[in-house]
Parts: sequence; C-alpha cells; structure tokens
Amino acid sequence: MSAPDAAGRFGRFGGRYLPEALVPAAQAVESAFREAWSDAAFTAEYRRLLETYVGRPTPLTECSRLSEALGVRVLLKREDLAHTGSHKINNVLGQALLARRMGKRKLIAETGAGQHGVATATAAALLGLACTVHMGHTDVRRQAVNVFRMELLGAEVVPETSANGGGTLKEATNGALRAWVNETEHAHYCVGSTMGPHPYPWMVREFQRVIGDEARAQCAVRLPEAVPDVVVACVGGGSNAAGTFAGFADTTARLVGVEAAGGSAVDKGKLGVLHGFMSHFLQDDDSQVLEAHSISAGLDYPGVGPEHVHLAETGRVHYTSVTDDQALRALTLVTRTEGILPALESAHALAWVVDAAATGELAAGSTVLVTLSGRGDKDIQQIREHLR
Amino acid sequence: MSVALTLRAGGRPLLIPYVMAGVVPDWLDLVRGAARAGADAVEIGLPFSDPMLDGPTVQRAAALSAARGGRPRALLDELAGLDLDVPLVVMTYANVAMTLTPGRGVGGFVEHLASVGVRGAIVPDLPLEESAEYRARAAAAGVAAVLLAAPVCGDDRCREIARASSGFVYCMSSMRITGERADLPATARETARRLKGMTGLPVVTGFGISTIAQAVEACADADGVVIGSVLMRMLVDGAPVAEVVEEVAAFRRALSSGHLSPAGG
Repeated sequence: MSAPDAAGRFGRFGGRYLPEALVPAAQAVESAFREAWSDAAFTAEYRRLLETYVGRPTPLTECSRLSEALGVRVLLKREDLAHTGSHKINNVLGQALLARRMGKRKLIAETGAGQHGVATATAAALLGLACTVHMGHTDVRRQAVNVFRMELLGAEVVPETSANGGGTLKEATNGALRAWVNETEHAHYCVGSTMGPHPYPWMVREFQRVIGDEARAQCAVRLPEAVPDVVVACVGGGSNAAGTFAGFADTTARLVGVEAAGGSAVDKGKLGVLHGFMSHFLQDDDSQVLEAHSISAGLDYPGVGPEHVHLAETGRVHYTSVTDDQALRALTLVTRTEGILPALESAHALAWVVDAAATGELAAGSTVLVTLSGRGDKDIQQIREHLR
Repeated sequence: MSVALTLRAGGRPLLIPYVMAGVVPDWLDLVRGAARAGADAVEIGLPFSDPMLDGPTVQRAAALSAARGGRPRALLDELAGLDLDVPLVVMTYANVAMTLTPGRGVGGFVEHLASVGVRGAIVPDLPLEESAEYRARAAAAGVAAVLLAAPVCGDDRCREIARASSGFVYCMSSMRITGERADLPATARETARRLKGMTGLPVVTGFGISTIAQAVEACADADGVVIGSVLMRMLVDGAPVAEVVEEVAAFRRALSSGHLSPAGG
C-alpha cells in the first residue's frame, strides 16, 4: 500500500475537503508528520513507547479449539492485549508525540465505542497534554464505563447530539471538527481512524501498520508457507484493517475487510464528501448522510476510509458485511472455545470466518489470520442485554 | 429574470441576510421581505445533515427544514418563481453540491442553480485546492463561486483566495463556527483589512455578526456583512417572518446612515 498522491488521494478518494479555517492546520499536520516520520529520533521514541508502554509486539495466538470447530486454521493478532485494550493506542501515541513536537498543548478526539477516546485520554495523561473527547450521546449511554475511564484519566467528555437527534460517531466527528476550528492554535485533532482530511487517512494507517508488519514477521516464523491464505479485519473507519493489510498487501494472501451490515459503506455507500474526505457514504437521495446502525459503536459510521474504497475498486481487498446476530454468535463461540472475549467490532471479522468456513468460501485446512482489534470487556453490558 | 451577483465595493455597506431554505412554511416571504427591506443579496442555506461549520442555531434551522420535508433540490425549485431585484447566493456543503444532480457532480449543481435563477454559491468545504473544477463549472454556468478566507490564512493564501473568488470575498470574522457572540472579535476587522488590500471585489464579513453595532463596526473595514444566526434564532424561536424582516430593515437603516457608533447598539 503506497502513500497517497500530493493531493492526498488514493485513486479518486481522499483529499482535503475542509473549510479554509482548518486548511492551514491540516497542512501543518502533514508537514510535521512527513518530517517526523523520517526523523530517526521520533521513530525511535515511538518504537520505545510501543514496546515499553503498549507492550508490543502483541502475540499471534493459535486457536486450536476454534480451528478444530471450524475446520480452518485460525490465528489471532492480539491487539486486545495492547495497553488500553485495543489497537487504537498505536495511532494515538504516534499522534500525541507529533502534537508535542508541534508544540500543541491539547488533544481533541472523537470516539464511537470509546476505545479511541480512552486511548487518547491515556496518551494525554502520559505526555501531560489536556484532552477533550467528543462522543455521541447514544454512545455516552451505551459505553458508560469508557466515559468514566476517560474522565478518570483527566479528559473532558463532550456529549454530541445533532439537531435531528442523532448521536453516534458521525455527530462525535462533527463536534470534534467544530472544536478544532475554535482551537487550531493550541490543539491537535487526534483523528481515531483512517478517515478525515489528508494526511489523516495515510498517517493513521502508517501508525497502525505495526500490526501488519509484526503479524507478517510472526507468520514468517510460525507458518511453513510464511504467509496465511487469508487475512481478515473488521472495518468501521478502517484503521485496524488498514494497518493489518499494510503488512500483507504485497503477498499472495487474500485480504478481507468486514463491515457491519448496518454500516456497510464500501458496498452500499454513494460517492460523497463528509468530515473532510471523499469516499463512499450511506446517504439518501437528497444528499443527507444517514445514521449507521450497528450493535458495535465502533462500526457505527456511515462512511469508510478513502483507501479502503480504493482497495475495493482495485480489487486488492474484498469487502463484505455481517449482521449483529452473526457477530454475537461468533463472539460467544470464540469466548467459549478460546477463552478470549473479543470486542463487538472484532467479532465481525470473526463472524465472517465462521460463516466462510461453514459455506466453504474458506477451503478446509486453509490458514486465516484475524486481527482481534480489541477486547470485549467494554461491551459486557450490551452483550448481556442482547443474549438474555 | 434573475439578477447577476455584481455587488459594488465602496458605496453604502452591503447587507446580506441569510435564510435557511424551508426553515418555516413562509420562508419565501422572508426572502422577498429581506430584499424589499434593502438587502443587497440574500444568502439561501440548503439543509445538510452534517453542517460542520455551523453552530447550534443554524443546525437547528437545518433540522427544522429537514423535519418539515425540506430537500435541497425541491427547495431550490421553490426559488425559481421568485422575481427579485437582488441576487440570490446559495450556501451549502460539498456533499450536497456533489450529489444534488446524480452522476453530474459539481457541474450539475451549478447548472441547476443557474436554472432556478441563483447567481452565486458558497461551499465552505471546497477550499482552494479542492475547488478548481467547481469554480470552472460555476463560471461557465454564470454562477459566482464565492470563496471564504479565514483569519488563520496567511497573506499568500488570502491573496490566492481573493484572486480565485467571484462575486465577493467572504471574510470569516473569527476562528469560530457560526453563531451569535457578545463582541466583534479583533480578527474580523484585521482579516477584512488584509483582504481589502488584495482585491477589487467586495469583502463581506460574516460568522457571528449578531448586533447592529457589530455590523457597523465590521463595516469600518469590510464592504458589508452577512447576518445569519441572529435572524435564524428569531425564526426558530417562533418570531413571525414580518418581525425578522423588520430586523433586516433595522440593520439596513443603521448601516446606511452609518451614524450608529459601535457602542450604541
């Protein structure tokens, strides 16, 4: 996967659709990132934190009982074991170091499930930065524990409601962008996924590629054929998938991105512009962006990162979707066979594996790498309500 | 008949009231009334689900319009019957501009505007680098693509914006989203002054112009003002259109007389 063009585009998608008030800020982030990413001192500090603070490399776990049940060999890339419980910390530490390098005093973030918010609040605490997290009012309610975690970490959580009542990741992102307009001088907008204006989709993928690079090296040691047959990740905005695919795009592995059925922007979305980038968005015939609907707050986004739509167009990655029920069933299965409770988001990737193994789309005996993007503890209350 | 967007700098200050299309059933009466009350142009907002540069008042106005069934294409078609002697300028977001006419992109958007007699467009999330096609297609359709400049834009960028803009240059008063404020920020006059030195086009200041005194103060440097949230707040709080028209007339009188000191309003 290569860098976007000078205009920040992957094929037709991406770009920087921002009001002039934010263009200079996005340009500053781009030049700071380009400098930092080729500065050995910056990358060394980043690697040091990933190792000593996040606990990287995260393990690659062989799932014996699940593999036996499905008839395919399943390996999990364990981002759930990263500090704060998901892959989000990889990106956040990179951006927090960048913010400090740019002389910013504050991080602004949007969050859906709350994992990115928790990770941002954590990095802010670690580096002594202020932090405000924008979160849709629906998610504030269904992720109450994460809200408290953020507040405990010293962050301010701002509930966001659109005037027509919506309150998920879309509204959180609107709120964060509005806050960024007010505070560009001293605040860095720490975007949580491979979305937003250039350079964010690219920068976030680069900060997440550690997932794919590690997994590639781990597979090379573990697998006789060095590369798995299939690599699977869930896709909301698409950061864990982009980071995972970055490690395997130049291999023979089949790459599969799994969206939530109610937020399946790659297939069902239409070309449009939201939150600073051109991509596919769920929208009606009157140009109004729709609310996504998913049991997983982290996949509850009507759009998808621009690079993913490009990878779908080129055919390098296959995108599909699974329902809430499929995700819950897979979550239960993995929990009971492996003693690993996946996040609802990650359960979507696992659900595709379960389904594809049953239908024969995954040949018996094939090797599948699944990125387990986060742990399910945050979802316990919701899972309980749904399964009861 | 539609009137071209040829506003003149240097005469009496320009007054451009903003009306969210469809916000109340008789919104067209407000457009007509504002024109009669001395507006130099009327800015028409088209509702969008995610207005990232708008504060709570305009967000509420957009949601009210949408809840009443307001849809961008149909609202534009309602404008077609108006016979006004002032130009109309449409403000909306890039997603609406790109998808208003399916498959025809921003070109279809500006052609549709021209077909209903709209002579200008403001699309804040199409900045310089993303607006080349939009500007070219707008020029071809006879629609002025009005660009915004923000206080944070350096002189070089402001100069490019002023050069690429058409009709007028929209000067963002501060680094704040739309909405009423107690005072005119210092950045409003400073940014307008910078832009004035760079262009022969009128420089019109907007975002947060909430009182007559602020409008008069802003016009010490700018050629005019846009007033939006103050009018939309009255409407969404239930004021009749006639009262909002009277507010526009009050801004007009004060701006034309120029007698009102900034402290007096």
